[in-house]
Amino acid sequence: MNTMELLLDKDMMLKPEQTINHKPINKPAIEINNLNVFAHKNQILKNINLKIPQNKITVLLGPSGCGKTTLLKSMNRLTDLYPELHVDGSIIINDDDILNTSHNVADIRQKMGLLSQRPFPLPMSIYKNVAYGLKLKGIKNKQLIEHNVEKNLREVGLWDEVKDRLHTPANNLSIGQQQRLCLARGLAVKPQIILADEPTSALDPVSSKTIETLFQNIKSNYTIILVTHILRQAKRLADHVVFMYYGEIIEQGHPDVIFKNPKTESLRQYLIDGN
Amino acid sequence: MKRSKTIEEKAMKWLSAFATYSLILLLGFIVLIIFIKGFNALSLDMIFKTPKGGYYYGGEGGVLNAIAGSFYIAFGATLLSMLVGIPSALFLNTQLNRHKRAQNTIRYVLDALWGIPSIVYGAFGFALMLYLGLTASLLAGIITVALLVTPIVIRTFDEVLCNIPMVLHESVLAMGATKTEMAFRVLIKQGFPGLVTAVLLAFGRGIGDAASVLFTAGYTDRIPTTLDEPAATLPLAIFFQLGSPIPEVRERAYAAALILTFIVLLVSLSARAISKKQAKSIIK
Repeated sequence: MNTMELLLDKDMMLKPEQTINHKPINKPAIEINNLNVFAHKNQILKNINLKIPQNKITVLLGPSGCGKTTLLKSMNRLTDLYPELHVDGSIIINDDDILNTSHNVADIRQKMGLLSQRPFPLPMSIYKNVAYGLKLKGIKNKQLIEHNVEKNLREVGLWDEVKDRLHTPANNLSIGQQQRLCLARGLAVKPQIILADEPTSALDPVSSKTIETLFQNIKSNYTIILVTHILRQAKRLADHVVFMYYGEIIEQGHPDVIFKNPKTESLRQYLIDGN
Repeated sequence: MKRSKTIEEKAMKWLSAFATYSLILLLGFIVLIIFIKGFNALSLDMIFKTPKGGYYYGGEGGVLNAIAGSFYIAFGATLLSMLVGIPSALFLNTQLNRHKRAQNTIRYVLDALWGIPSIVYGAFGFALMLYLGLTASLLAGIITVALLVTPIVIRTFDEVLCNIPMVLHESVLAMGATKTEMAFRVLIKQGFPGLVTAVLLAFGRGIGDAASVLFTAGYTDRIPTTLDEPAATLPLAIFFQLGSPIPEVRERAYAAALILTFIVLLVSLSARAISKKQAKSIIK
């Protein structure tokens, strides 16, 4: 087997797991049942029941402070970092309840890539930012790492902009480029799901559009959960909308239905204010 | 702007400028005095020779024994304190993040340890030395100074680590890194300038402290070749010579002080250079 074949072969092994498992498409990527999150005595999330469809963009919409980010962080158990948060209920991913599992939390998190509000590259070079995720996956073959770094940077449309300065610090990039680098870094660990927490809120309109287009392009391979309070962004991207208000899911469904015929007063008001 | 506000602004500006520049002036003044008093006695012999017979009465030789001893002790102690301090500071800011109470208690204890006068460490080191059956030696000096500087390393590094935003923790953990991987691969890099400051503070305190080595490292005219031999140190060389009734010997004390200041400056500058290079990839 020559090098290229080896690379291609290994690359196959690195495909997102759902393409290997051939899971039925109607099975939800994430199923959340009776999720409650408390911070001390305050209840941040109230009885959340939600099925996130596979390979679609699910938008969590709602005003600031309604619990969207907490819901997102519960999905990869980043809530564990905050001792004041108490989480109960179940979040089922690949038939495994990640809140009550015996599996390693690091393994669970590798199934999900995270994009935060402000891009936060690692304090290392552009190349190493992407390579780090691959190394965490246990990949040591230098050629394979190089191949995948290029592939992931191409996937987010950053390769041509950075190929001549791969070994310069990532913080020299513009903020929009940094966000795309963070996405490439997330994709490097071959996640099934991408958790995006207002990923365009710190970006200029051009960079925001790039990220949005990227999401549209990659959604056939990944399940994307996007937190946003920008109504127009939700309308542009959403395949499934979840409207949250004061820690509760008020309405959810297809964007055409949600945006055209809001059933509740709070959503109607939100849509009026947002427009 | 109102007239009173303008006056207030100007007065405060001059006052703070005076406070800042007077400190720099004070530092210059200290170095100048040591320089004036010690320059005459400063010679190559002073740096490259050990004391010969009658050195402390104005005879030939130098303080190479103390320069070497101080280097050994300060480097040894700094190294030891880094071995303990770096993992401790990282542990405080990763595994203990969920246990705020333990975190606060440990920080409080370390602050208290930082505040203990070095003569107390000297006395403790002496007691420990006797208990372990050691005599005044390089090893006992290194251990005592390491005890003195470890709280400095931990708390200084810790202050920088706890200011790293949680978003960075989240980003790394979300990639599937364990807390240990995050600590040693990412946090250490992001906090590197803080680590350099910590190590510098420790080294400066270690090389300049007389009280902790007085009973533990002892004093000798020879350069130690093994860890169980006693070692001379620059602060003690200054102390002994400054107490001499002979003016030439007192001059040599100032020359030794000049050498000590120069070493600290040199180490500080080179460490800053390393830190600056690393700081380029830090995320602001």
